[in-house]
Amino acid sequence: MKLTVSSAPHITSKDSSRSIMLDVIIAMIPAIIASGIIFGPRAVILTAVTAAACVGFEFLYQKIMKLPCTVGDLSAVVTGILLAFNMPSTMPFWMAIVGSFFAIVVAKQLFGGIGYNFVNPAIAARIILATSFASQMTNFVFPKSSSDVIASVTPLAANAAGSFANKPYPYMDMFLGTTGGVLGETSAVALLIGFAYLLVKKVISPAIPLTYIGTVAVFALAFGQDPLFHILSGGLLLGAIFMATDYVTSPYTLKGKIIFGFCLGLITMVIRVFGTMTEGVSYAIIIMNLLVPYINKLTRQRPLGFVKAQKQPEGGKK
Amino acid sequence: MAVFKKLVRSASGAHVPHNKNTENFETVKMPVPARVHIAMSQHIGAPAKVVVKKGDEVKVGTILGEANGNISACIHSSVSGTVFAVEETLFPNGQKAQTVVIDTDGQQTVCDCVKAPEVTDYASFVEAVKASGLVGLGGAGFPTNVKLAPQNLKEIDTLIINAAECEPYITADFREIMENGEDVVEGAKLVKKYLNIAKVVIGIEKNKPAAIAKMKELCKGLEGFTVLELPSVYPQGAEKVIIESATGREVPEGALPSAVGCIVMNVASTGFVARYIKTGMPLTTKRITVDGDAVNQPKNVEVVIGTTIKDVIEFCGGYKAEPSKIIVGGPMMGTAVISDEMPIIKQNNAILAFGKEASTLPAVNPCIRCGRCIDACPMGLAPVEIALALASKEADEVKSLSANLCMDCGCCSFVCPAKRPVSQTMKEAKDFLRKAAK
Repeated sequence: MKLTVSSAPHITSKDSSRSIMLDVIIAMIPAIIASGIIFGPRAVILTAVTAAACVGFEFLYQKIMKLPCTVGDLSAVVTGILLAFNMPSTMPFWMAIVGSFFAIVVAKQLFGGIGYNFVNPAIAARIILATSFASQMTNFVFPKSSSDVIASVTPLAANAAGSFANKPYPYMDMFLGTTGGVLGETSAVALLIGFAYLLVKKVISPAIPLTYIGTVAVFALAFGQDPLFHILSGGLLLGAIFMATDYVTSPYTLKGKIIFGFCLGLITMVIRVFGTMTEGVSYAIIIMNLLVPYINKLTRQRPLGFVKAQKQPEGGKK
Repeated sequence: MAVFKKLVRSASGAHVPHNKNTENFETVKMPVPARVHIAMSQHIGAPAKVVVKKGDEVKVGTILGEANGNISACIHSSVSGTVFAVEETLFPNGQKAQTVVIDTDGQQTVCDCVKAPEVTDYASFVEAVKASGLVGLGGAGFPTNVKLAPQNLKEIDTLIINAAECEPYITADFREIMENGEDVVEGAKLVKKYLNIAKVVIGIEKNKPAAIAKMKELCKGLEGFTVLELPSVYPQGAEKVIIESATGREVPEGALPSAVGCIVMNVASTGFVARYIKTGMPLTTKRITVDGDAVNQPKNVEVVIGTTIKDVIEFCGGYKAEPSKIIVGGPMMGTAVISDEMPIIKQNNAILAFGKEASTLPAVNPCIRCGRCIDACPMGLAPVEIALALASKEADEVKSLSANLCMDCGCCSFVCPAKRPVSQTMKEAKDFLRKAAK
């Protein structure tokens, strides 16, 4: 009889890295469908291109570097979809592929692969694309609004230009997503369905999205602006639900998550209200990503029965 | 409010499958095997000193090994027969201990020394418990007489009877309540009386409603007795966790439960105390849950201590399929043994045998920093951060993350979606700290 000997515990939960990533992908499906309806089939094709490119780059990198292949965990697919969500549907495919390369190879693999990237790969790539191909990244498609006004700006841009009073979009358009913008950000309802799915499956904690969105609302009020408008416009919901909750680049503990969410909201609103850019979500997230190790260190849990180490008496050491 | 508590410590534990398949199986007495192997180390502390030699005739209750030092326990013969050998054998924990091998005569003649002890006061009560050879039957094996003699006896105000039985599969403690509930209450009454403890809290997980109902019924009208329903989340039965649930007190790092006025006793240990005081029969048998997909007839069996795993499985209809893993204890904290020749010791409460599929652990993947290990840790530790600090050999950091507080419950490994052996890493971290302290 040959018996296996291993350290306890001898059972594990059903969840795996792959099942978690699959749940995130499922949660993004409503937004993918919404983008197809709002911006046409090219939106879906673009998403498929970035997802395939991300998986391909991860596979190639690991092959060339003779590393164990980890594409099976589906994290590259998540990055690819998120990256597409940050592009307008008109984005040239080759640029999208360049973005995928940056996300997977530069932001993720060069730092050690899954678990070691210090910023969200999709956001890092989005920022690189926005600075490299500024006009293509803002070449938005404008669906016909239900109010029969053909707008030519995104809601946030309209707000920044001072035309907010004209309300280029009714709330209902912003909720459904029939506004100008990047692929994945416009349809609040699709993103919220995904949020609900992630919460039910316990993939993410609601702490970061709720504090982030809540802080934005509070500061909008404080700055004398419409909080609902700020919540529904730009990439806030997309960022709060899918990007700021990325495991690797968000804090571990509830305390840390609340601080993280609050700072995200603050930075986003400062950029939106005072900055020259119209949108601040991606910069807020990347700045806070960099601070995560410090937040983790400062927001540790107090262990059960923790006894504070006695301080060395004065003059105790030479 | 719950949220504020979560801000201090998530400690959400692990939602393990219960698999209490044997809960309705009444305990069956297993016939005495032809040969038993009785180890001298069936407890925490110094092994007992052998006082018999090859060829000696022994009876049920004859002392084989005497307690050696302050923290130790005496070992009695569980059978009548002849000592075949006194030898050194390897135990599941990897340590070697002296073992008395006895060829049984099947008569189970009881030793003359077995008679009900005379108990009149605290001192004679603790002395009797010591003579019974009782150790913590929940798994730790801490000598009970030492537990009942804390230095601050006057400050002890709560006796916690641990009937959480949070490990999957195991139903031995549940059967103790269902079959010997009266003994449990009687044992608790004795400890309460002689140690002059005000309150008795009996903690049972909610997944055992029958046990809760039975204990509530038995405790009706008893002053100071309460039955506490615990959530069905592993590890409710961990000593520090059950103390916090029952009293709200936190046992400080490195201290015993007595530091916060508590004594925690396993439910089977408590029942045994009552029976011993009544009959004087020392700890010679043990109820064991036998389960797992490689066992033909899962059962709750009462075996004489020293019966080998092989004999027990044989009694349970043998193996259904070639076992790939045999665990002594539960799947969360139990030890995988290298052979089924090992004997049952006092604190064992289950034997689980699994076939190939259930024995194969999934492949290990890179950590995705999800923080689930931190969320689950009942002690509020951060295994992921401890693992990183350990990898870079930073002793100060490992220490400041309180790795020492880890109690090996296994929650972190269980919840890890990357299937990393986190719990094992925690053991390494504690080992690293021990070495660094030298």
